[in-house]
Amino acid sequence: MNAGSDALRVFRENLRLAPGRIAAAAFRTGVPHTDRSRSTFVFGNVFLHLHSVRTHRWSLRWATTAGLGIATLAAFLITLVTGVLLMFYYKPYPDAAYLSMKDIHFVVPTGRFIRNIHRWAANAMVVTVILHMARTFYTAAYRAPREFNWLIGMALLAVTLGLSFTGYLLPWDQLAYWAITIGANIAQSPREVTDALGVTEVFDPGGLQRLLLLGSDTVGEEALVRFYLLHVMLLPLVAAALMAVHFWRIRKDGGLAKPADVDRRLPAADGTYPVFTEAPQKTYHLAAIVRGRTPAVGHGPEQTVPSMPHLFYAELAVFMLTVFACTALALVSDAPLKELANPLVPENPAKAPWYFLGLQELVAFSAFMGGIGIPAVVLVGLGLIPFLDREEAGTGEWCGGPGGWPLVRRSALIGLASAIAVEAFIIRFGWLREWFPTIPQLVITAVNPGTVLTAIYAGYSMWLVRRYNSTRAGALGLFTCFLGGFLVLTVVGTYFRGPNWQFFWSPADWPLH
Amino acid sequence: MTLTPGPAPSRLDADPMPRRDVLGLLSLWSMASALVFATVGALRLPRAAVLPSPSKKFRVTIPETLPPGAAFVPPGRSVAIFRDGDGIHAVSIVCTHLGCIVKATTAGFECPCHGSKFAPDGAVTGGPAPAPLPWRQVTVSGSTVTIDEETSVPTGTKVQA
Repeated sequence: MNAGSDALRVFRENLRLAPGRIAAAAFRTGVPHTDRSRSTFVFGNVFLHLHSVRTHRWSLRWATTAGLGIATLAAFLITLVTGVLLMFYYKPYPDAAYLSMKDIHFVVPTGRFIRNIHRWAANAMVVTVILHMARTFYTAAYRAPREFNWLIGMALLAVTLGLSFTGYLLPWDQLAYWAITIGANIAQSPREVTDALGVTEVFDPGGLQRLLLLGSDTVGEEALVRFYLLHVMLLPLVAAALMAVHFWRIRKDGGLAKPADVDRRLPAADGTYPVFTEAPQKTYHLAAIVRGRTPAVGHGPEQTVPSMPHLFYAELAVFMLTVFACTALALVSDAPLKELANPLVPENPAKAPWYFLGLQELVAFSAFMGGIGIPAVVLVGLGLIPFLDREEAGTGEWCGGPGGWPLVRRSALIGLASAIAVEAFIIRFGWLREWFPTIPQLVITAVNPGTVLTAIYAGYSMWLVRRYNSTRAGALGLFTCFLGGFLVLTVVGTYFRGPNWQFFWSPADWPLH
Repeated sequence: MTLTPGPAPSRLDADPMPRRDVLGLLSLWSMASALVFATVGALRLPRAAVLPSPSKKFRVTIPETLPPGAAFVPPGRSVAIFRDGDGIHAVSIVCTHLGCIVKATTAGFECPCHGSKFAPDGAVTGGPAPAPLPWRQVTVSGSTVTIDEETSVPTGTKVQA
């Protein structure tokens, strides 16, 4: 009898304590107040433990990263959540797809808002991933030991653009249909070369690429299912896996890149104190195995602060800013939805999303060079940068290295000016086909405004390498030039191209058609 | 048989290959080859043996009133059919640049996507198109005109009705 009431009392007591114990079992650490509990807060959590327990004050400066990497991740997460929500209603079948978009827009509660957020976050992701790459480049953060992470970043850039491109077909409206037709034919454009050489019958990589992309010889239901699969499954999985490696490597490669004399640049502040004394009390088990990446022992004071709260609150702030920006844009601007796809009447002009309009300007010179040749050269060139630039001066500094900011400024001018000059020339005078109608196609494939511009940039960069006796100077010039060229081509493609891809100062001048 | 004791193995000596290494290497190689074959199989999958596309050969009735030099595009098809004193011919209206549908004009054809221009016989006169518009096969038997969009004929081939 007594034992029974005891057990009941214990039962009631356990029931009362259950919520607290569930929380304790889940989180294991209490409120992070001390350095010790702040540490366990980080490495006791599977999502947070990609961060180190303490963060260097240099990495927390706004000017070091501008938070662009986290903003990209935030945009990715937003598209993930909104994308899953859109999948409740979206039907990946021609015509039905378009009708389901109409439903999402007009019938589904908050459907239009969710789609707008999805679209704006996708745009934001393209912007931030490009800016993040530029930040990494200009602070020379790609240098050893971070070369591999730079390559992962290139792959993530490609996946991001792939996600945008595959998402573009899904509404099955006129814009989608013709952008994908053009995209699929860019995949086929190696035929421009194989045709000219007369070997397409036996060797046709272009045709194969197009076939694999479309699953048919026309843009139809097979193509839509494939793009849907790529967009909602394959590419997000690849992106998530690459991101995991990307973030892991940041930590393994010693955190963010810092100037060699970072301690002199950062005056001591409140809250930093010697973590390591002359005789370290603490041994680094796993960290010590990673050669050359351990915190300096016996040096003090350390310029690090606990990641909780300093780093996490900064990351949360960037995340919330991204959410706010996407939501605000979604409220004021609707994602476009044109008429139902019509395979017989192209949009005129048929324009891709803005970030592909630079590319579209290039393919208007030569499909193969603009769509495959030059992008491939640019990607390979970007990937090679950390393996060619083995210098040390300027790591972790904006425009660091020989030449510095004046060189970047001059290169920006040259990059913009030569792109504008080439564009102005072809708009005014045309190109080889207009002057010599019978010229062989291979000549145009090799010598067109796109390749000429690339050659100008490459030549200028080589000159810089000699002039400054530094690969970094050449890379600074080349990267800046290409950003300038990309900007000019994108602006021309976006604002100054009208029907039949002709030049117009303003859409108000477009002829009626 | 007696076993002669050799020198005691040191921790610094390289290990001989024991049985479990053989097993390990076997599993490693089997995984590698399985990956290769699985990849080859998976890569063959996206390319169907039969493509789900409609027939490109069709019969057409050309309007009696079609004037010479004017294009007739049958609904849902991507050829322009012309009829003049020399006979009937069909020119593909799929741009050879990036696959947009070109528009027949009095001066030939114009592509809305990147501004390629073609002469009435399909030859490139401007823009980025790498090749002329091909002429498609036209067969006439009695009053039936058949167009085959998949078979090209040399430019200039006209068929008498």
